[in-house]
Amino acid sequence: MTWQLPHINFRALSVWRRNVLVWRKLMGPSLLINIGEPLLYLLGLGYGLGLFIGQMSDMSYLTFLASGILAASAMNTASFEGMFSVYTRMVTQRTYEAMQATPLSVDDIIAGEILWCATKCLISGTAILAVATALGAVHGTQALFVLPIIFLIGLCFAGPAIIMSAFSHGYDFFYYYLTLFITPMFILSGVFYPISSLPTGVQAVVQLLPLTHAIQLVRPLVSGQALTDVGLHVGVIVVYTLVAYYFAVVLVRKRLVV
Amino acid sequence: MATQRRTKSFETELVIQARGLTKRYGEATVVRGIDFSVPRGQCFGLLGPNGAGKTTTLRMILGVTPRDSGELQIFGVDDPKQAHRVRARIGVVPQLDNLDPDFSVIENLSVYASFFSLHGAKIKERIRQLLEFTELSDRAHTRIDVLSGGMKRRLTIARALINDPELIILDEPTTGLDPQARHMIWSRLRQIRQSGKTLLLTTHYMEEAERLCDDIIIMDNGHIVAQGSPNALVKKHIEAHVVEIRGATESISINFDQFPPCRRQQVGDTLYCYTDDAHPLLAHLESQGELITLQRPANLEDVFLKLTGHEFRD
Repeated sequence: MTWQLPHINFRALSVWRRNVLVWRKLMGPSLLINIGEPLLYLLGLGYGLGLFIGQMSDMSYLTFLASGILAASAMNTASFEGMFSVYTRMVTQRTYEAMQATPLSVDDIIAGEILWCATKCLISGTAILAVATALGAVHGTQALFVLPIIFLIGLCFAGPAIIMSAFSHGYDFFYYYLTLFITPMFILSGVFYPISSLPTGVQAVVQLLPLTHAIQLVRPLVSGQALTDVGLHVGVIVVYTLVAYYFAVVLVRKRLVV
Repeated sequence: MATQRRTKSFETELVIQARGLTKRYGEATVVRGIDFSVPRGQCFGLLGPNGAGKTTTLRMILGVTPRDSGELQIFGVDDPKQAHRVRARIGVVPQLDNLDPDFSVIENLSVYASFFSLHGAKIKERIRQLLEFTELSDRAHTRIDVLSGGMKRRLTIARALINDPELIILDEPTTGLDPQARHMIWSRLRQIRQSGKTLLLTTHYMEEAERLCDDIIIMDNGHIVAQGSPNALVKKHIEAHVVEIRGATESISINFDQFPPCRRQQVGDTLYCYTDDAHPLLAHLESQGELITLQRPANLEDVFLKLTGHEFRD
């Protein structure tokens, strides 16, 4: 039972819908956090540092940075939602306990949560893309294909975050994951500079990280350059997504179905 | 044919049927092969000290705690794969409030309805009726955090009724409420029962069990130690009268042999005397000025303490 493959059911949508309704109420502060920080990076680093850098990988530094930030902010949004918000609903507010008394199962709840994490990424990603476009960092309508990629990044990073929630006994625990995994990925996966400038040993490790592949999809779409190895990049993200989804469901079952 | 039908309808009259129901956590066995059944339309009480296995039993009924062995039929179904179908016919009032603090009173009900795939005009009308039933109509748009404890409980009861359940499980429904709120909840629970629904409740208040329950089981250490109606249990286990003697009982020697038979138990500073004829003892005690005495009819609490002991449980 515990190790069974997750069961997917339309009931998960009612969990997703619950989160949408809550988000609608708290939309202001939520959007501010999800857009404010990336906007600061774009304005502060993009214009400030961009002035000294000029071009990077045959595009303006603002475009280079905007494409990296679009992917990284989806990673951050999904991670925070999957840890702090999911933990709040699972433990602090005991929302899942209430849901478990209905036809919803843990499988439904987690599927709904992951779907919601990705939706939240899509909402803030759309806003960031609009801002980046207004700043002149986006080149061409093919950039709209960034949105499904952002949704996929959201699905990918929701799983590991929910795994952290399943193990956690308090909010402080999440800083291990943020410090040991999320921040290094943010710094190393090519958000701020091309990974080709890293030492070869480090490059090999960085090539295994999902954010690296996400950026290699988003960047050409934003800059208008040619997309390469789409299957590989999408494939890596999908594998991470599926494996994390499986363990997220199993570990939350182990915590709640006892 | 006729016999078959009768057998079938007899079976479906049992809402819950447990046989040899067992749950272990590692080395600890918290529910030890219990047998019980709950007929449709009854209010059934599950009593026991903390850690007796009550909540675990309720969770197994809901299918959110897998059992280790035994049979457990709910509505005649014993299949963990059907647990979601079974839960669609059950309402739950949990021990601790788990209302959604991000929503108003009415939103709590409509969002909860959506978990049962209930939407639309029909559910709107049902929510209106439930708010009326729980006297929360004028609070429909209030935020949860400003509701009183009693209002939250009433809302939780309304929420448990959203799917028009056949069985309602209540885990300590009135813990922490003031007497007014408690009486209000009791009257609503009686109404729910009169409407033909089955209630299964746990409580630490023996008075609550005596007032509400048709049948009771008392659990201790994962076993069922007694079962019956509250009256029958009191009659079976306890003498008709109880005399409580408080004060310096050890300094006064009462020769109990001179009175009708009396079972005695010292708990802290109180000596409990259980007897069928309390008058001679009371007459004697009246002459002992410094003792405080109280005479009362035996009740379910006496049964509970006799069967589960007087030691503290944590």
